[in-house]
Amino acid sequence: MTFLVDLFRIVAIVVGTFFFVAGTVGLLRFPDSLTRLHALAKADNIGLGLVVLGLLPLTENVLAAFKVILIWALVLVSGGSTAQLIGRALRSGRR
Amino acid sequence: MSVLPFIDIGLSILVVTVAASTIFMQELFAAVVSYVAYGLLLAFVWIRLYAPDVALTEAAIGSGVTGVLLITAGKRLVPLSRTTTEAEPTLTLRVFAGTFAALVACALGAAILVLPDEPPSLAPEAAVAASGAGAGLGNPITAVLISYRSFDTMLEKIVLILAVVAVWSIGTDGAWGNAPAQLRQARPHPEMVFLAQVLVPIGTLIGIHIFWVGADAPGGAFQGGALLAAMWMMAMMAHLTEPPRIDVRWLRLALVAGPAVFLIVGLAGVFMAGSFFAYPPSLAKPIILFIETFMVLSIAAALPMLVAGPPNERPVP
Amino acid sequence: MNESLLGTAGLILLSVAAGLARVLSGPNDVERLMAVQLLSTGGVAALLLIAYATNVPGVDDVALGLALLTAFAAIAFVNHLEADEGGAET
Repeated sequence: MTFLVDLFRIVAIVVGTFFFVAGTVGLLRFPDSLTRLHALAKADNIGLGLVVLGLLPLTENVLAAFKVILIWALVLVSGGSTAQLIGRALRSGRR
Repeated sequence: MSVLPFIDIGLSILVVTVAASTIFMQELFAAVVSYVAYGLLLAFVWIRLYAPDVALTEAAIGSGVTGVLLITAGKRLVPLSRTTTEAEPTLTLRVFAGTFAALVACALGAAILVLPDEPPSLAPEAAVAASGAGAGLGNPITAVLISYRSFDTMLEKIVLILAVVAVWSIGTDGAWGNAPAQLRQARPHPEMVFLAQVLVPIGTLIGIHIFWVGADAPGGAFQGGALLAAMWMMAMMAHLTEPPRIDVRWLRLALVAGPAVFLIVGLAGVFMAGSFFAYPPSLAKPIILFIETFMVLSIAAALPMLVAGPPNERPVP
Repeated sequence: MNESLLGTAGLILLSVAAGLARVLSGPNDVERLMAVQLLSTGGVAALLLIAYATNVPGVDDVALGLALLTAFAAIAFVNHLEADEGGAET
């Protein structure tokens, strides 16, 4: 059982890291501002989400787990809204 | 094989590279954004040095609030640069400035290289004094700030008030008493309003939490106050609230509350505990938290006023 | 296990910091803001990993504060981006 939990933890964190690296590569290599914004948003949401998921088994009580999930929820909300705002700024600059 | 040396080297190279690029950037926005990134990386250096208090302060004030302050002030200078033309600095001035800067850098480098192996430090004395004076506090940094070095901390808050007064005095005489210009001129987008409506309440709670745990864990008045200041600025940017007129009483009371309460408690210490700024040991923790509460108020009031700037001219009817 | 968590934190931090090259090369200011956003979010992830790798108290509070400050800085900078382009459309 602990082996499964450990495996899940490692897989989640590794895939989360992959999404962060992918987000960076996307930011540097995608051809267009809007596509780069898409890469950034994915790193924000999924990358951090998987890392948080992978760290949940390590938290020692419910309060600590709640704090970690709260961090992810804050980044999710602010990342999503900021992506919308940046998208608007991009489109208004284009006109 | 430890991974720490690689992280250290990578972090050091990053910090120096980003700092260099900040200096050499030509455009305002790029330079300020680079400065914010530099502040974040520096916060990681602090974490690596096992100083989460300083890391949070660096991220909040050194990176966040200062970055916003720089971009706000910088944008205000743009119309000025279009109307005034300055003479370029002469070659002799540039050579002199460059030589002087190089000399200062060499002096700093030499000072670092001749440091003794055991750095002289007040830390052991401070720890002993803090554990005695700040009885019951689990966080030695808070104990040092509010108890061992309480006078310094109070003077720092007074410097903050002086900075606000200096910013206000930049406005024209006729504008004295008005409110500063809005942090955002146009109507805010719905996403911005949504984000502010969601984040400001949660952020206020988190700011208070970080201030409150500062007694026993990393955190404290400065970090909590900076987060609360950021939340107030966010509310102003989304037009959820307007920058107040600078002559309203609640604003002025909030600004001076921190140092005033600090000073009053310090004076009371003369009668209650025998000397200026001494706290009676049994009451140390409640007194410290009492002082810190008002300091958070002052910091949360002062920082947004610094960013908001001088009072605006009354709009022509 | 702690070593690997620390190593992962370092990896994330270094990779999102590599994205800062966008600040230098980005054709317009929005790209630069996006690079710093990525750095902040990667920073939050790295801080959480460090918090659970080293058990230094308070690092998760730093991550919490950083998450809030990312949003604050982003709003402030987008504000000024739009002021550049002559005000927001309704």
